[in-house]
Amino acid sequence: MTRALRTQALPLLVLAALAAAPFVGFGDGFALTLLARGMILGMAAIGLALLVGGAGLASLGHAATVGIGAYAVAWLDLAGIDGAGIVVPVAIGAAALFAGVTGAVSLRTSGVHFIMITLAFGQMAFFTASSLSFLGGDDGYTLYGRTTVFGAGLLQNRLAFHFVCLGLLALVWLICSMVLDSRFGRVLQAARDNPLRVRALGFSPYPYRLIACTLAGGIGGLAGVLLANATEFVSPATLAWTRSGELLFMVILGGASRLYGGLLGALAFVLLEEWLSGLLTYWRLLFGPLLILAVLFLRGGLAGLGRRDG
Amino acid sequence: MTSTLLLVQLLNGLQFGVLLFLVSAGLTLVFGVMDFINLAHGVQYMLGAYLAASLGTVFGSFWIGLALALPLSLAIGLALEWLVFRHLYDRDHLSQVLATFGVILTLDEATRAIWGSAPLNVPQPAGLSGGIMLTPALGYPAWRLAIIGAGLVVAPLLWWLVERTRAGMLVRAGSTHRAIVSALGVDIGRLFTLVFAIGAMLAGFAGALAGPVYAVAPGMGDTVLILAFVVIVIGGVGSIRGAVIASLLVGLVDTLGRALLPDLLRLVLAPAAARQTGAALASMLVYVAMAAFLCLRPAGLFPVRRA
Repeated sequence: MTRALRTQALPLLVLAALAAAPFVGFGDGFALTLLARGMILGMAAIGLALLVGGAGLASLGHAATVGIGAYAVAWLDLAGIDGAGIVVPVAIGAAALFAGVTGAVSLRTSGVHFIMITLAFGQMAFFTASSLSFLGGDDGYTLYGRTTVFGAGLLQNRLAFHFVCLGLLALVWLICSMVLDSRFGRVLQAARDNPLRVRALGFSPYPYRLIACTLAGGIGGLAGVLLANATEFVSPATLAWTRSGELLFMVILGGASRLYGGLLGALAFVLLEEWLSGLLTYWRLLFGPLLILAVLFLRGGLAGLGRRDG
Repeated sequence: MTSTLLLVQLLNGLQFGVLLFLVSAGLTLVFGVMDFINLAHGVQYMLGAYLAASLGTVFGSFWIGLALALPLSLAIGLALEWLVFRHLYDRDHLSQVLATFGVILTLDEATRAIWGSAPLNVPQPAGLSGGIMLTPALGYPAWRLAIIGAGLVVAPLLWWLVERTRAGMLVRAGSTHRAIVSALGVDIGRLFTLVFAIGAMLAGFAGALAGPVYAVAPGMGDTVLILAFVVIVIGGVGSIRGAVIASLLVGLVDTLGRALLPDLLRLVLAPAAARQTGAALASMLVYVAMAAFLCLRPAGLFPVRRA
């Protein structure tokens, strides 16, 4: 127990800080919007970290699952359905289905081919989204109300929305941690390190990896629901391949060897983005080089800073 | 759809295929020889277009702009290789993807800062600005024909360079037996730099040619880059012959799909829906092809034999 506390101290500290943030001067609309964005992207990034760090599968199409979750909200909104009891399961189910089906094909490849085939599937989702003319096509769809919970506008309140995001984030992190620590997760990680030996032990890595893909996709879908609610707007840009690149960068920036690296990376990403764009109109002129330097020199990610066992 | 329109679309597809070939030739060599994924290759295409366009305006002639854009693209490629890419050769593919993604963000933004977000319009080059009558009833832009012509010159030249010269032999040997070539006294690092620079210049050349046809805008390289990846997956990584065939295939499928699918779908859908669905399906077609190849024939049409 003490060991578990020591290794998980950092993520627990971050979650506690997020819980305290609204009461220590970060309770205004601007700060809450920013933090919500960080937590939502962090949730998607934790799902991706399960794939990249846990299973060794670098997907360059993860934004598609987030986009599918967001589009599920928009589509149901158009049909007049905004109850979380329907929206959330549909969004998670649709994203998980997409991730499962594309994963079943993608997992037949490996290494650099896996990166490219996920990119191809992500592009397919992107072009499908831009062709949905009844949801605005390229221009996107504006939501005029947030998802309701048991008929109540719980998510309308910024503070309530903050804690819904935080609670779901903690839940996702907990589930992913438990998955990685389970027998299932051990096989997944062993297959990452040495698929040949895993086979020799009588396991086929394929179904394990497929379930991991599906799980990560479902988490992406959940993040998509929250993202659509946070921005009250859905557009194909959510599914763009650059978004997938950014998610992947969050995972690596935070440190792929730890699940919470995704969360650290997402928070750092959002704060950095905010800070730099206030500093300079063409803020990516600074952000791009920082990204390159982080990849070149920050090998263990933020979670690996100050750690010697690396 | 009449046969003349079909002919025009076929030529458009060929012309797009040639541009794709010029971009993917460098990408496939870099990927095949150095096992290096370079997402920033599309940026070279964009910079080539911008350099040719703005230098052409400054000097009053597109041709001077084109002539200056080539060495500049080469220099930018060398600079990027020296600054960033060189440090990534021995890293995993994921790091390469992310670092070169950072290069895209930086240079797209730099383009926006220098030239603005609005697309540049490039006038048709002097001497090739009009149309050529292919048949008494059918005119076709001379510049697009010139692009096809450029491809007809560059493709055999590149094939000869890789397959028939000493430098090409070393490049091929280096891609399969890196350590042995190095042990035989060849400076493999310098060889790679050379391949890289030529690839960058070809991409810049493609961008410069594309300027008068398409809008020159920030981010124009991204679409081309992903299509170039489709090309090298279908053609086979490292194969010039594969890149030629696959580029033309992708160019034709993409162009003809966009032109024909909406009309085909109009048979079953309302016109507006047919137009949108058709465009989306056409964009998707090449990615479906890519996924199918990766899954069923990951080595591509013309696999490069590996030891």
